Amino acid sequence: MAEKVLMKGNEAIAEAAIMAGCRHYFGYPITPQTEVAAYMAKRMPKIGGTFLQAESEIAAINMVYGVASAGLRSMTSSSSPGISLKGEGLSYMAGADLPCLVVNVQRGGPGLGGIQPSQSDYFQATRGGGHGDYHMIVLAPASVQEMAELTVKGFELADKYRMTSMILADGTMGQMMEPVSLDFDIAPPPEKPWATTGTGMKRKHNIINSLYLKPEELERGNFERYKKYAEIEKNEARAEEYLTEDAEIIIAAFGIAARVSKNAIDAARKEGIKVGMIRPITLWPFPKEVFKKTTSTAKRYISVELSMGQMIEDVQIATEFKAPVDLCNRVGGMIPDPDMVLEAIKKAAKEVK
Amino acid sequence: MINLKRLTILSGHYGSGKTNIAVNLALEQAKLGKKVAVSDLDIVNPYFRTKDSYDLFAKNGIMLISSEYAGTNLDIPAMPQEIYSLTDDKSITGIIDVGGDDRGALALGRLVPAIKDENNYEMLMVLNMFRPLTRTTKDALEVKYEIENACGLKFTGIINNSNLGAETKAKDIIDSISFSEEFSRIASIPLKLITCEKRLENEVVSKLKSTSIPVLGMVLQKRPV
Repeated sequence: MAEKVLMKGNEAIAEAAIMAGCRHYFGYPITPQTEVAAYMAKRMPKIGGTFLQAESEIAAINMVYGVASAGLRSMTSSSSPGISLKGEGLSYMAGADLPCLVVNVQRGGPGLGGIQPSQSDYFQATRGGGHGDYHMIVLAPASVQEMAELTVKGFELADKYRMTSMILADGTMGQMMEPVSLDFDIAPPPEKPWATTGTGMKRKHNIINSLYLKPEELERGNFERYKKYAEIEKNEARAEEYLTEDAEIIIAAFGIAARVSKNAIDAARKEGIKVGMIRPITLWPFPKEVFKKTTSTAKRYISVELSMGQMIEDVQIATEFKAPVDLCNRVGGMIPDPDMVLEAIKKAAKEVK
Repeated sequence: MINLKRLTILSGHYGSGKTNIAVNLALEQAKLGKKVAVSDLDIVNPYFRTKDSYDLFAKNGIMLISSEYAGTNLDIPAMPQEIYSLTDDKSITGIIDVGGDDRGALALGRLVPAIKDENNYEMLMVLNMFRPLTRTTKDALEVKYEIENACGLKFTGIINNSNLGAETKAKDIIDSISFSEEFSRIASIPLKLITCEKRLENEVVSKLKSTSIPVLGMVLQKRPV
């Protein structure tokens, strides 16, 4: 048996989730993430797990709420319009401090949009997604290998902080096939003394709830949660840096946009342009410090996105508006090609001279 | 060079490589001066499809029969009426790219009576032992039965398309032969073709001296980003 297997991004997420101990998957089909559900449908019955195609996205996220309340690792996956439908459930889970994994393999929007890849749910993901004050941990894979690794990481972080982790991928990441090694160490899930697992007549009832009618209590919960978020911002922000050390121009890009940008950067370097890239791996918490420390050398930034410019705002904040940030983007299911990014780099290079 | 029957039906687990093989077989047949038609029956996955090779086909005089749904505002997996020309027009060398798994094979069902009637076809199971859900011959056999039950047609042979994408080495392909031979034995259908990327063709052929099974060196249609 070879060490590696050839997997679609969507399959890698599903298999990694199973390896991480997830035995409860609830979903509703939507392109381009359907293989997550299809894979779970085949695998879960064979390992004693539960695959359930819910009657809707709303039902699926509430089933996740139920399993998470009982202290087990659970997940759902969808694509952009489906994630919007899950918005209420995401907010309830945040209000009840429940850990789970939610996967968004984004497609072009707004509305029903299209089925081709997009990154235009960045705001929705990094600002919470539903109503009320809350965050999710948002992870942005840029390879099939990372789809698997960040799925495991997502479950671990969700349990550690009792909150939702979201994999924010796009149609390309979900559909592309690459060799994957699934050989990673996975720690057993932590104890969950808060879960509704039965009192055994030994303790008081645990209650999972997001309704707090006394404003003082609701406020206290919000403040507590934001203390936790501050810890996460301090400890969990991750990014990959590529040739940033001497870079005068720095590209900010995640997922498929980062892969395209890397090709453009290599081409630009051959022409003597000092350009590098910061690839956020966590979109929330945003790797602010990584960006901030480049402001002493970088003169200009380019945010390469499959959106009308969403992450660009976080780049501006993280770099404290010390240098201009250009936008290089395609939308609606289109992907910027390396030539387009190279042009943006050349244009920026003229500006910094 | 591979001798094809009038109709070649490619089926298998999704992501096993059917589309790449369909495109390469079609180009090869067109070069022989045959009148070639490729039918993309993939109603399962609208992302990577034979249809993406539209321009390449047009340049080589290959007819493409494909549903339009992914390119329109109608998200309906409908089949075009032209698919009947595959069975009606006996002057065509037809290659049928069936969608993944049993769900994809359902779409083939409507052509099956005519295919059986003419009885000049091969239905080949595309096998990649590096795909996670066909890692054992037992799992592959399960996929085989599911597809046959869905479309009502039985496989007549196997294509070994074992690969790890851009990381594939000739050794991986050589190592996979025993897997497809074992599958051939338990499924009682012969191994008909071994495929690999063009860059590996010479090495694979030289290491395969002992076997008489043809090797198809393929140009990949989907380039990694």
